[in-house]
Amino acid sequence: MKRRNDQRARSHPAYWAFLMHRLSGLGLAVFLPLHFWALGLALRGPAALEGFLRFTDQGLFKLAEWGLVVLLALHMMGGVRLLLIEFGSASGLRKDWIAGAAGFAAAAGLAFALSLFA
Amino acid sequence: MTAKLRVKVWRGSAVGAFSTYEVPRQGSQTVLDVVTHVQRHLEPSLSYRFACRVGMCGSCAMTVNGKARWTCRTHVAKVVAEGDELEIAPLANLPVIKDLATDMSEFFDKWARAKGSFKGSKTRHDDFARVAPSSPERVTASAGIECIGCAACYSSCDVVTWRPDYLGPAALNRAWTLVNDVRDVERTSRLGAVAGDAGCHSCHTQGSCTERCPKQLSPTLAIAGLKRTVAKAAVRGLL
Amino acid sequence: MNVAAVAQARRWYWQRVSAMVLALCVLVHLGVLIYAVRGGLTAAAILSRTRGNWGFAAFYTVFVIACAVHVPVGLANIAREWWRLGERPALWLGRGFSVVLLWAGLRAVYAVVA
Repeated sequence: MKRRNDQRARSHPAYWAFLMHRLSGLGLAVFLPLHFWALGLALRGPAALEGFLRFTDQGLFKLAEWGLVVLLALHMMGGVRLLLIEFGSASGLRKDWIAGAAGFAAAAGLAFALSLFA
Repeated sequence: MTAKLRVKVWRGSAVGAFSTYEVPRQGSQTVLDVVTHVQRHLEPSLSYRFACRVGMCGSCAMTVNGKARWTCRTHVAKVVAEGDELEIAPLANLPVIKDLATDMSEFFDKWARAKGSFKGSKTRHDDFARVAPSSPERVTASAGIECIGCAACYSSCDVVTWRPDYLGPAALNRAWTLVNDVRDVERTSRLGAVAGDAGCHSCHTQGSCTERCPKQLSPTLAIAGLKRTVAKAAVRGLL
Repeated sequence: MNVAAVAQARRWYWQRVSAMVLALCVLVHLGVLIYAVRGGLTAAAILSRTRGNWGFAAFYTVFVIACAVHVPVGLANIAREWWRLGERPALWLGRGFSVVLLWAGLRAVYAVVA
């Protein structure tokens, strides 16, 4: 029988980056079929799609959409960091890219929010 | 009146509990000093491992305040702030024999399963092999050969916890150094041994191994190298 | 030949290649959606830009296919490590999800372009 690690062993940036990458990926994976279904409403005509879009005008939906944009940006930049670690020159855990991913996601989220309220 | 340090030490096997002791606090005191004091003066039945006590052998690796460390090279002052407790437990991810001593068998078994040993083709009758120190393979190998098998990385890896078959960072790091040893003749079978769910493809770049390695090695990068090399071999039908 | 090792190497390889494609697709898509939501989204606004737009269709078809390749590998890993599925069930979960994404995604592209 073995002992397991607790959060103290996980409190470093590269681990947070892993966790964010996995959770954002899972969130996006769950979201995608819904996204495709919603767009597929156009098969029934513009009115069907319009009806759905108006339904999602509620605040909670907009917040979720903002969250998804942030998750997408995070997952993408975190992924680029992983591609660099795996295919690029040996440069450690590339913690600058972790910070960069967070910054990019914040920027994307802000741009989306501003665009929404424009 | 000497300052005192409160220490929680794991007692038992995987099922057990922390026992609390009070140890005199001293300057330049290491965690190993604390464990030794407890065993010599307070709890003779405490089981723990050490050997060189100067940061060369890796025997004294334990979980200190939740992180895998060499206890002989960890100053108490560095990990314990004023008024805090010191918590000492055995390494994670390994069966606990008793108290602070773990069974390292699976760690070394996986080393062997990853084909972590050198096999050459020359005999004593052949000339020396010539490997330029500046050659890319030698530089890559050099970056990972200082591993002394302390299991701090293995203990810190969540994938080792989640996948019992996972070979782990140390075994894979050693395999990578051998993949880069141009004298070695087992390259193909080694690449086959380190591929798959039990091997390099299960590494998710959590980086805990690289964070905790007392020799500042980077198993994360070694495993990334294995992923690339295995993919190339697979594409060329060499696996 | 080590069949299992080759299969795993391929899965890794295709997940990374599709990741490279997706990095570009996502960058473009983020730009598109941030632009498109300005002042609110309407079906008419979306469809006026997508209907008959074959460049759009080509781009998003590539996007959908890349998703169908990329998502299942990570999903199978999560299923193995966090949801305690066995190796084969996890693989089939991934494959099933891949089919779902491919079908629903291509249907969605068709829905807004045709």
